[in-house]
Amino acid sequence: MKADPLFDRCLVQVSMKLEMKDSPGQLVAALKPMSEVGGNIIAVIHQRDPDSTHHTLNVQIVLELPEGRLDKLVSLLKEQDVHIQRIGKERLLYKRTVILIGHLMHTDLSDTVDQIDSTGFAEVSELAMSMPAILERSTSRVTIKAVNRDDMEAALAILRRVAHQKSLLLIEPLAEEII
Amino acid sequence: MKVALIGLGSVGKGVAEMIAKKDLGLTITGMADSKSGCMDSSGLDILQVLEKKRKTGTCGDRTITTQDIIERATYDALIEVTPTNALSGEPAIGYIKAALARKKHVVTSNKGPVALAYKELANMAAKKGVMLRYEATVGGAIPIMHTLEHGLCGNEILAIYGVLNGTCNYILTRMAAEGLTYEQALMEAREMGYAEADPTYDVKGIDAAIKLVILANTIWGDGVKLGDVDLTGIDLLTPDALRLAEDEGCTIRLIAEAIPKKHLLRVSPRIIEKNHPLVVEGTLNAITLETDMANEITLIGRGAGSVETASAIIGDLLYIRDHYGKCA
Repeated sequence: MKADPLFDRCLVQVSMKLEMKDSPGQLVAALKPMSEVGGNIIAVIHQRDPDSTHHTLNVQIVLELPEGRLDKLVSLLKEQDVHIQRIGKERLLYKRTVILIGHLMHTDLSDTVDQIDSTGFAEVSELAMSMPAILERSTSRVTIKAVNRDDMEAALAILRRVAHQKSLLLIEPLAEEII
Repeated sequence: MKVALIGLGSVGKGVAEMIAKKDLGLTITGMADSKSGCMDSSGLDILQVLEKKRKTGTCGDRTITTQDIIERATYDALIEVTPTNALSGEPAIGYIKAALARKKHVVTSNKGPVALAYKELANMAAKKGVMLRYEATVGGAIPIMHTLEHGLCGNEILAIYGVLNGTCNYILTRMAAEGLTYEQALMEAREMGYAEADPTYDVKGIDAAIKLVILANTIWGDGVKLGDVDLTGIDLLTPDALRLAEDEGCTIRLIAEAIPKKHLLRVSPRIIEKNHPLVVEGTLNAITLETDMANEITLIGRGAGSVETASAIIGDLLYIRDHYGKCA
């Protein structure tokens, strides 16, 4: 796994339709700026129009990138002579990772997860766990996904309450967002 | 400027030694430890007094008490560095009041009085036209109070985040670096002299919370108390938690945070990016201030130590001298 701070992210999911010269290296040149802005490419749909006489290549890309980086990406693509035909609607995606310590199995881990999932507005998307010995406390890393900040805060509030009820230690990321 | 020094533990000795060693224009006219005191209005021979303290365990005459020094010695500023009592703040609160009542400036490293009786003491100092300064109470050598008061004056402080307890930071650093359990890292901290025999005060986050209260009251003057701080210590952390954080380029640190707009006052272990400026190693302290104009400012430095703390105290004394020239 990439060593990247992933504990508190606001991502934008966006699709783009790009047009570039149909010559070697062009697709790589178009993808490079996406990794430069910290983007994560989800899908690349490559359509070659057999009737095209312009010697161009149309590519549709779906990617996740950190909030506020889209403008930078657009200017980087322009520098690479990539023509952006269309940018789809931006969809926000929040992910926050926390660590839970305690008797996680004995306090019904699936119930803990379900308390988040059953909200309908947030869900547990990843779970890593370590159980050193049967009677010892175990430790897990839990990633929660939500579509906006308020939903994420609401999900975290539920998790804090559950952790308190089940005597679990909840470690949250330091988020320097004041407003 | 003439000063009286009460308390001759590690901090008191450091202050006395630095005043003797450096040509700062400071003269000590009274000194007291828990059992004795000595005074001379024309200035004590500091090294001689320290030598006597080292040889006999007392710095002066057993018939002279700390109270006598405060009430009778000739001085412009009192240096109050007696041991901290986090519950009552006494006897230090009494000492500080007695000096203020005599219209003497007070410089203290004592967290108890500032955390428990800040408003009362600050009001009393203002009424008497003298200063109460306490740079050394938070962050050791880090000039946080000077930064807030002068460097950042005119800024609105929106939030503070701090690594304010060296013991906890040492334990967490060692757990992350060596995969030690909490118990092993604590034992090591004790051997290194970084943790007390009873570590409760540090590892439960109480010490960090007291410092957070002092900072919050200094910045926002909202009269918060220790009981207002949402408190979680580091004593239940597992090595796995640090490893799981590490897997993603993060670590765990005990962070004290205050955000008035959110009514938030909290000390808790937090996941934090390893390259965040607050992630300092060992017993270091670090404080990040979030402000409206200067944006983010982070200060890093030694959070404890005899001479390091003396640096903060002497900074306060010289500030008083330079701003109240009449007593130079």
